[in-house]
Amino acid sequence: MTVTDERPQREVGSARRRKEDQRLITGRTRWTDNIQLTGMLHAAMVRSPFAHARITRIDTSEAKAAPNVVAVLTGADLGESQGVNINAWPITTDQKAPTHVPMPSDRVSFAGETVAVVIARSAAEARDAAELVDVDYEELPAALDLKEAAEDKVLAHPDLGTNKSALWVFDSQEAGTGGNVEEAIAKARTDGIVIEREYRQQRLIPAFMEPRSVVVDPTGEQITMWSATQIPHILRFALAATTGVPESKIRVIAPDVGGGFGGKLQATPEEWIVWAVARRLGKPVKYTETRSESLMAGHHGRDQWQRLTLAATKDGTVTGLKVDLLADLGAYVAIVGGGVPVLGAFMFNAIYKFPAYRFACQTVLTNKTWTDAYRGAGRPEATYAIERLMDELADELGVDPLEVREKNWIKHEEFPFTTVAGLEYDSGNYEAATAKAKEMFGYDELRAEQRRRRESNDPVQLGIGVSTFTEMCGLAPSRVLGTLNYGAGGWEHASVRMLATGSVEVVTGASAHGQGHETAWSQIVADRLGVPFENVEVLHGDTQSSHRGLDTYGSRSLVVGGEALVRAADKVIEKAKPIAAHLLEASADDLEFKDGSFHVKGTDKGMAITEVALATFAAHNLPDGVEPSLDSDATFDPDNFSFPHGTHLCAVEIDTETGGVKLRKYTCVDDVGTIVNPLIVEGQVHGGLVQGIAQALWEEAVHDESGTLVSASFVDYLVPTAADTISFETAHTTSPSSTNTLGTKGVGEAGTIASTPAVVNAVVDALRPFGVHDVRMPCTPERIWKAIHARDAGGASTTEGAAAPHFDEDDVADRSAGTAGPGEGAHQ
Amino acid sequence: MTRINVTVDGAACSDDVEPRMLLVHYLRERLGKTGTVIGCDTSNCGACTVHLDGRSVKSCNMLAVQADGHEVTTIEGIAHDGQLHPVQQAFHECHALQCGYCTPGMIMQSIDVLNDNPDPSEEEIRTGLEGNLCRCTGYHNIVKAVQTAARSGSTSGEAS
Repeated sequence: MTVTDERPQREVGSARRRKEDQRLITGRTRWTDNIQLTGMLHAAMVRSPFAHARITRIDTSEAKAAPNVVAVLTGADLGESQGVNINAWPITTDQKAPTHVPMPSDRVSFAGETVAVVIARSAAEARDAAELVDVDYEELPAALDLKEAAEDKVLAHPDLGTNKSALWVFDSQEAGTGGNVEEAIAKARTDGIVIEREYRQQRLIPAFMEPRSVVVDPTGEQITMWSATQIPHILRFALAATTGVPESKIRVIAPDVGGGFGGKLQATPEEWIVWAVARRLGKPVKYTETRSESLMAGHHGRDQWQRLTLAATKDGTVTGLKVDLLADLGAYVAIVGGGVPVLGAFMFNAIYKFPAYRFACQTVLTNKTWTDAYRGAGRPEATYAIERLMDELADELGVDPLEVREKNWIKHEEFPFTTVAGLEYDSGNYEAATAKAKEMFGYDELRAEQRRRRESNDPVQLGIGVSTFTEMCGLAPSRVLGTLNYGAGGWEHASVRMLATGSVEVVTGASAHGQGHETAWSQIVADRLGVPFENVEVLHGDTQSSHRGLDTYGSRSLVVGGEALVRAADKVIEKAKPIAAHLLEASADDLEFKDGSFHVKGTDKGMAITEVALATFAAHNLPDGVEPSLDSDATFDPDNFSFPHGTHLCAVEIDTETGGVKLRKYTCVDDVGTIVNPLIVEGQVHGGLVQGIAQALWEEAVHDESGTLVSASFVDYLVPTAADTISFETAHTTSPSSTNTLGTKGVGEAGTIASTPAVVNAVVDALRPFGVHDVRMPCTPERIWKAIHARDAGGASTTEGAAAPHFDEDDVADRSAGTAGPGEGAHQ
Repeated sequence: MTRINVTVDGAACSDDVEPRMLLVHYLRERLGKTGTVIGCDTSNCGACTVHLDGRSVKSCNMLAVQADGHEVTTIEGIAHDGQLHPVQQAFHECHALQCGYCTPGMIMQSIDVLNDNPDPSEEEIRTGLEGNLCRCTGYHNIVKAVQTAARSGSTSGEAS
């Protein structure tokens, strides 16, 4: 028997295969580096090998004489035409920040900073000639270690007089959102439990797969920049604001962009230099970085010291949390800059009901690569800290880590809930997500296995790690950003164009670089307007077609941009209604819109919206005074953030004889609100998980004692491979968000935020019988082995500073000495 | 300059190249085969993977002159008459790509893995793809796609 259902299938919620794939799996892609223009020249950067040095002389004569070199330009040559790289979020009014000239002429502030640019007819010739630029430096002492830099022992920018950029404080008592944390801690010291820890958030590199690339074409009336960027609209604004070119003369295009993870949320010196050079030469210029340049000069992420004090009663009820952060900005205050740790300020209290909270973050300038947003941006750091602390509290109490969490978390019937950090969480159900995760994971069975292995002194120990989390997504209500002193708003724009032949063009201000917006946006519009999924075309990433937008980061595109799209689509229906009524010779009040058609209630008369679009295009027979267009746009500014949450459970096996870690199982249940496309959501979770796991186990950007980044290639910076990872068990619970009509919450960062503490908690859990309370990230076999054998409860002192020592120093010393063989070096 | 004759995606190409030119630069800059991309400079990422006489090679790791007299297949040459290669189809079906930058290399390497072993275990797939980095997918769905392609029994197509 066949039941005929003529209603269109509901697109939202269906696992549509992505529209984007066709071009990506066949190589029909348009990456920035693919762009070739007539007369195009190629740029290569000359970069400083020193972390901090005065530039005393630059001799470009030999480079200028090299074959097919068109120009060699220094900061002095470009002068003010190069503009400046902006910080859009001065977190305090007295924040100290050095002026960030894209190519400085007097002093370099990190190893990898550009000091000259060579322009030649081919990329290879430009790079060859860059080797011939002779730069004399007078090396200056470099501020490298974050803690030492915070003491102003060596100044990263001597003119500023200090390395301390800004101190940002939130105190629940001062804000009126909670009590006095010092009182809570003092009380716990007498009759409760105080957990004091210091955790290190190591420096990470976003390591998107497509190296950054930029093409600037100054020919024609508008100057066009193609860039591998997450933020074409913000770039256009910043170029206009800093280089004197009117915004209307600037077109920025983000073509196919190969990943970002926050790493392409930047206004980069390279973009500004190419902009200045192309304008000066009057010819299109392309620059594509090498991977080493990318790792050295593209912004890094994380890099904090976290000093934490948690106060609790003897029954495990948390009474206060105090957070003191040191955050390394690197050499400059980047576009978001100190705003990254500040985003974390609202998340340390996480899913819990803490009565008192204080957060203070000191941002610090150093002579290292600048830092900025990396997937999660502030929230992974916060989640890591609190989830590690909750495990420590559980250990202190001798209870299951989930038990202590449950004791403190917000119950599902308590939503909406205003937190001690002053945010209103709209919806959630931590009990449901946790119960589902425990069942899928086989929590009790794994705990039993852990007991057996402990009792039998199995050399391979099992560790079980727990992480419950929430995050603030959907950046952001503009008014909130205004109160935080951020330089722009957080709205998003969309427009819907009804084409005469039945297809629908959607223009979005979000700028996808792997997220699948073309597919998800098509699903939303197909449902809303009742048109086929295939007939929706999504345009993005070009400021000429998508003239308004605030781009893609902070899990905002669907939550904010999706709602703008819904509103624009609804306006189309509103505009079509009087025209349909006129053509159907009915009153607009008698029409209802359903499944893509206007129907006259109580009759079989109706008209598809695409027919209305064609009639509107012809405009032969419209009601008096009605404009011949259905096209509509909307700009949505959310009232609140959205708050996805989840429970992540991880099991690791640790070989106590080698310190090797093996991922055994990873289960997560996330509540991301309404799911538009489950396939895309799963993909976001998987990728996020591996990035978070990589922070826990493998990745660290390491600068040596002279400030050189030693992990400046994929040989040394350990982006995990397929062989390092496992398949995951993922599932969802759904508490629709009330901040947007679709009920979505955002998923881009969830996996990264939750997985790091889940893995480290698992590692520490496995090692607790050895008296270990912490292992510094990344938890390398070396660190784990040392932690086991040191029987050291502190952990940090037993670990090496470098994740992946670049070479055996003794061995190199021996070789350079040229005499002593291995084992006979002076270090014995 | 050295004259080379290479068959690329079925088309005979004859060019003078600098002896130092990498195969990937030859493909991208001289032939416009921009489907093959460059992700690193240490041959770690595998984004530039193509087939040379049916076996996967990292095209950043060999010179164009070494391809003289050989047959190169890129991501642009594995779909025929509008029909995707089964591995391409499986990547699409299993959502094994997000930004898509690693995808050409990942697909070419996956075909190679399946040519070697039409019925690989998960571990064999993961080891076989160890030389290709992806930053978006966490590899979960890539592994699934290779399993799916293996189940469809189709390592057929080019260069097998």
